[in-house]
Amino acid sequence: MSNKNLDVKMEVEFMTINLNNSSVETRENRLGSIAGYNGDLNDLANQVKCGTLKDRERCFTQSSSCDAGCALGQLASITDVAVINHAPSGCTGMASQTIVNHTQLAAKRGVPYTTVFLGTDMNEQDTVFGATESLKEIIIKTYQRYKPNAIFIGTSCVSGIIGEDVDSIVDELKDEIPVPIAAVHCEGFKSKVWATGFDASDHAILTSIVKLPKKKNNIINFKNFNESARKEIIKIFANFGVKPFFLYANTTVEELTHLSEALATVSICGTLGTYLGNGLEEKYGVPYVKSINPLGVVGFETWLREIGSVINKPEDIENYIEKERAIYLPKIEEVKKELKGLRAVLGMGASYAFQVTRVLQELGIEVVWVASWHFDSKYDNGEIPPHLDYLVENSPNNFKVSVTDQQNFEILNILNKYKPDIYFGRHPGTTVWAIKQGTAALFLGDEFKTFGYRGTLDFAQTILDTIKNRSFEKNLAARITLPYTQWWYKQDSSSLLKGVVE
Amino acid sequence: MAKILDQPRYKCALTAMQTVHGITRALPILHSGPGCADKLDGGAGSSGHFSPRVFPCTNITEKEVIFGGEDRLIEIIENSLKIIDADIYVVLTGCSSEIVGDDVANIVKKFKDSEKPVIYASTAGFKGNNYLGHEWVLQAIFEQYLKPSDNKVKGLVNIWAGIPLHDPFWHGNLEELEKLVEELGLIPNIIFGYGRGIKNIDKVPEAEFNLLVSPWVGLNSVKLLEEKFGTPYLHYPTLPIGAFETSKFLRVLGEFAGLDKEKVEKIITDNEKKYYYYIERFADVFLENRVMSKRFVIVSDAQYSLALTKFLVNDVGLYPSKQYITDDTPEEYREDIIGYFKDLNYGLEAEVDFIPDGYLIHKEIKDTDFFGYPLIIGSSWESKIAKETEANYLSISWPVNERLIINSSYVGYGGGLKFLEDIYSVVLTRFN
Repeated sequence: MSNKNLDVKMEVEFMTINLNNSSVETRENRLGSIAGYNGDLNDLANQVKCGTLKDRERCFTQSSSCDAGCALGQLASITDVAVINHAPSGCTGMASQTIVNHTQLAAKRGVPYTTVFLGTDMNEQDTVFGATESLKEIIIKTYQRYKPNAIFIGTSCVSGIIGEDVDSIVDELKDEIPVPIAAVHCEGFKSKVWATGFDASDHAILTSIVKLPKKKNNIINFKNFNESARKEIIKIFANFGVKPFFLYANTTVEELTHLSEALATVSICGTLGTYLGNGLEEKYGVPYVKSINPLGVVGFETWLREIGSVINKPEDIENYIEKERAIYLPKIEEVKKELKGLRAVLGMGASYAFQVTRVLQELGIEVVWVASWHFDSKYDNGEIPPHLDYLVENSPNNFKVSVTDQQNFEILNILNKYKPDIYFGRHPGTTVWAIKQGTAALFLGDEFKTFGYRGTLDFAQTILDTIKNRSFEKNLAARITLPYTQWWYKQDSSSLLKGVVE
Repeated sequence: MAKILDQPRYKCALTAMQTVHGITRALPILHSGPGCADKLDGGAGSSGHFSPRVFPCTNITEKEVIFGGEDRLIEIIENSLKIIDADIYVVLTGCSSEIVGDDVANIVKKFKDSEKPVIYASTAGFKGNNYLGHEWVLQAIFEQYLKPSDNKVKGLVNIWAGIPLHDPFWHGNLEELEKLVEELGLIPNIIFGYGRGIKNIDKVPEAEFNLLVSPWVGLNSVKLLEEKFGTPYLHYPTLPIGAFETSKFLRVLGEFAGLDKEKVEKIITDNEKKYYYYIERFADVFLENRVMSKRFVIVSDAQYSLALTKFLVNDVGLYPSKQYITDDTPEEYREDIIGYFKDLNYGLEAEVDFIPDGYLIHKEIKDTDFFGYPLIIGSSWESKIAKETEANYLSISWPVNERLIINSSYVGYGGGLKFLEDIYSVVLTRFN
């Protein structure tokens, strides 16, 4: 093989984003992502580097999540679209909570929110005869009812298994409906990694909404969930003469067409940002800031400096850092004195698990076990996630790592064995179980909870408040029984992992 | 045929995982996709001894879709029995496993000698909604778990009412129904909720009769119990809210159970006296305000649309506008239900429409003259139309996203007062 061929092959391997397909490739195939692993930080990092990391299945699993939830939830957070879920009624069960959350979020900002989230209520007949004609009518009816500025059609396990050709329906309707319309391929069985759903929503935005840039602006695209630190970040960015554009919550379709014109893209979360960030960089040359995420002091400063180099304002960044350090670092140091020596376990998504670990270590807390809901061996730029390298170099201990998608039985087994001072989670329905078992726990639902200096101080103080008053978990745990058998607590938490999947 | 599901007010049959979950220490095992329980777990109050994150699930992937998921299900059931401390394990099928054609009945048979009972129900999402799924799960328990009993206990009454967890007031309502039954000197038996569970399921065949308080959900289940165990049933369609309906309920129940009429009347009189003591003290609030008008509309399932229409007309003296039932009530029950809405005080009749499409309902509400501010009782979906029409608005049935209901209830005399508290707590937020 000549060198030239080798180069071509490598380039093909790194190109994970194909905007010519209607469907996004799964994270397993694109990023070498896995959902089952047990080991430690150094082993994980070595395996990733040597390319030997393989997924392991389990012979027992508890209900987790699917990519449709992520994909459609993301798209429904845009303020002026219609999301149509081509699925039986239960799959659209999330509509109300999604709409209520984003109505509240829009009200907080004072912007209108007119998005609708509908389903096609597929029934048994549809599984036999198909339902593409009904789907077509429903799409037209939805457009007539609400005149949304874009329409996204989500696919489901049922529509996928029976082979509904949603792409053709979308193509047919493009002439009839005067707004962008896109199929979002997010069948729940398609990927073991529900974060693939984030990519499916980004894929739909990149392929159907984003337009070619007309002029560059001074905006930094900010991929996040619910823009809770909006005001703070607007203020921070004003120091550097740039404006953040938070997405997708509280954005309009028109605003999203301009993503290609931005100075750069940043993301609060590596898992959330990889597809859109790298996609905009590959297709439109909008640089994607790929540093560790802006959580904790080190993360925040590294990220700011990376932004500074992208927008060519390194001095402004240094001035800002110096000023803010003087305000916050003494306060953080004060709280740290009381946090030293605490032991923590955490269970979170593939980026946050390691990013928050880093923050906890900054605060002097010993992280003994990190449960990551999945793990990406690389991001869409072909590089190993930066937080892994950071931890290998900087972690004071080689902590245990498992990859386990919200598998509560494993988490409670781990908590029972390691008896940490505190457990951290981010996903509804997971953190509460630590409390039921008597372990103090902190729910980090807000993705900005540990953002920047201010967030780090808030986080540190909240940890302290949490462990200083353990009444709630002690009261509760003393009076309830746990769902797991004594037998299970005597087993190793990884004992139900099978051999590697080839 | 697929149809527009605009503002979903029901979910799919697999949501009957909530029916299993409502039985303390009963565990659903899902043979479904990884995200099903996540999406079906709407509403608060689902983190009990088990929670959807604890439900074993085959988390069907592409592999099971292509090669079938039977082996996967077997290992999940085997390990569930080892890992999870439950009294009964109920395997529920989702869409994927049913389309793929896994023989779940046969797999579950393999576990017939396990230490704890393992049963199954077919609950594919495309087969029907959660109101039907609830019944399928009950029927699975009756068919596969219950054994006939020679021992009939005089006065023992099984109570069946709203769907656990899906009905935000399910627990409080059951407790209040229990109290009413107890007050008459009968012995209530409920399988759902606090302090109950498999021991109560075991008692079901021993009951003197079944009491179904529901317009239609549960009717097939009590019929099945009659067929299987010869247990008669009393079908009382209206969830009793407030004095008028609760007194009527006690009379009908007393008569069905063959209780002493005078005793029943004494109980009713005592309760009504106390109820009207409160009503008297607050009658000025109800009457003398500037924002509560006479016309109301309910957008809910058959249970609440009917029960609240009766209460607001017969107790509170309001006038019914057109009412909406959103649970996709099967055709065969509709005529009876329409009849119940025609049986109101002073010969009043309420028009009722069976229509799950929220868009059309809201359009009609917007076009309706309420001759004052409307009173809209419904779900979170009604919040928007309530704003548009400057209505007094309360959410009471799924989805309820913006209020917390722990154990409160609208059933009985106290339940009527509680409902008035909730309505007027909204009314009192505005002056004019």
